Amino acid sequence: MKKLARQVIFYSALIGVWTVLAKLRIWPPYLFPPPWGVGHALWDGFADHSFWIGIAVTMKRMLIGYSLSVALGMILGLAVSSNKFLEETLGGLLVSLQSLPSICWIPLAVLWFGLTEKAILFVVLMGSLLSVTIAMEDGRKQMPKIYGMAGRNLGASGFRLFWSVLLPASLPFIVNGMKQGWAFAWRSLIQAEMIFLSLGLGQLLMMGRDLSDMSQVMAVMILIIILGYMVDGLIFRTMERRLQEKYGLTPA
Amino acid sequence: MSPSHQNAHPPAIRVVARTGVRPNVFHGKPPAPVTTVPRHPIVGVVPKVALDAISLSYKTTSGERLLALDNISLEVKPGEFLCIVGPSGCGKSTLLHLIAGLQPQTSGKVLVDGTPVSGPGTDRILIFQELGLFPWLTVGGNVEFGMKMKNISKTEREERAQYYLRLVHLSKFGDSYIHQLSGGMRQRVALARALATEPDVLLMDEPFAALDAQTRDLLHDELERIWAETGRTIIFVTHNVREAVRLGDRVALLTFRPGRVKQEFSVNLARPRHMEQTDVARTARNILDCLRDEINKSLEEEYADEKAR
Repeated sequence: MKKLARQVIFYSALIGVWTVLAKLRIWPPYLFPPPWGVGHALWDGFADHSFWIGIAVTMKRMLIGYSLSVALGMILGLAVSSNKFLEETLGGLLVSLQSLPSICWIPLAVLWFGLTEKAILFVVLMGSLLSVTIAMEDGRKQMPKIYGMAGRNLGASGFRLFWSVLLPASLPFIVNGMKQGWAFAWRSLIQAEMIFLSLGLGQLLMMGRDLSDMSQVMAVMILIIILGYMVDGLIFRTMERRLQEKYGLTPA
Repeated sequence: MSPSHQNAHPPAIRVVARTGVRPNVFHGKPPAPVTTVPRHPIVGVVPKVALDAISLSYKTTSGERLLALDNISLEVKPGEFLCIVGPSGCGKSTLLHLIAGLQPQTSGKVLVDGTPVSGPGTDRILIFQELGLFPWLTVGGNVEFGMKMKNISKTEREERAQYYLRLVHLSKFGDSYIHQLSGGMRQRVALARALATEPDVLLMDEPFAALDAQTRDLLHDELERIWAETGRTIIFVTHNVREAVRLGDRVALLTFRPGRVKQEFSVNLARPRHMEQTDVARTARNILDCLRDEINKSLEEEYADEKAR
């Protein structure tokens, strides 16, 4: 309860400072809108359905691109972690590719797929696939060896050993990979949408810029933060914490 | 925790052991009921487990070959409780892994009922020092795991799991998860999980080392009872000589690096026994005298390592 009170005070103070700065009119209101201006923009956006549509379009892309990258990333991660040759070759390439910001894939995506849905998905995939793969690979390596030994000792082998022991044993690492993948996919998607201008939250943001409507820009930014936080902070972090508790892994 | 940290002051350990305990033991008392077993095959009975000239060597990171186990031959009778003691680093855990078939030896054979072992099998279940209980399964799920791998039907699995959980006094905890249990309870789950696959041989790797004395004593009693009830053959590894005497029919002493069988002692004390019994302490003292050289060797080596660093 104390934590909640502190958070309420903090956010009230933040809005208070914002209000005072807006009231002082240091910058014109169309460049620095007051909190209620942003509130209006949020209300209007939802009232004329443009925000609902934006959220729906963005989430749909997210779902497809993210599912694709998790599925592919898990397979790639498993392959790389279970084969020494692949680890030394492909593994190194993946790590070096991860230093490439996903937005760098946009020119390639546009040339290959045109300004289409596929191109957006490609950017999302490239943005999060690598982090899922690397997290999976790390997870396989960090997984305590004892579980595999105990499984074999109790008569598990082959696919059953993988399915009933190795896979559940690496679940905390898999979830960590999924969480990282989500964060990367989310950033990549919004970036791609800002450039492709095809509905979605990214486009609403750019539309605000084109109309010099800072209230809308900030309203959309708030939406992106809230949606991102809801999935990352609430769903994934809760899942991770529960797993860590269950598996006896104390968070570092 | 590194072993070198644990044994940071070897001279102190030695002084306490020599002056503190020994005079009380040899004070006009009759000789301890321990006999050195002559090292020849048991006649008449096919041993449950036979180690035939087992050696194990491996390459260290610096590239040299290290001999970990050297020509170990041991025989365990059906239903026997054998304890293996030795200083840390003598390869006693590794020996259990070899018997369990989790790791191949360099030379020699492990025979179970006269048949060579070529891999893991549910006739030999190892209880690991770290237990290796599966945190994603409930207590019941853990106990049922081995049976599930043997494709035993769900109803029979549940029935048998319940039976073994009752045997270790955990029948109310079938639906709990491992992280909700205390150390002693986890230990008992591991025991139930191992027993539930109904192995002929139970291999135990310092299972009680991390427990407090009270819990350990309690589990000694339970293990002894379960052993008597189920008639399993048990090979129990420990560094605690008194624990070995408390539990074993026979105690085999391993040397420090490379591990060899230095001596075998048969323990002719009536059961049930207790850790605090004087004859247990006296017998342990005799074995410990033999073990002390090996402990000193292992400590000297750790000291040398530290100086070199």
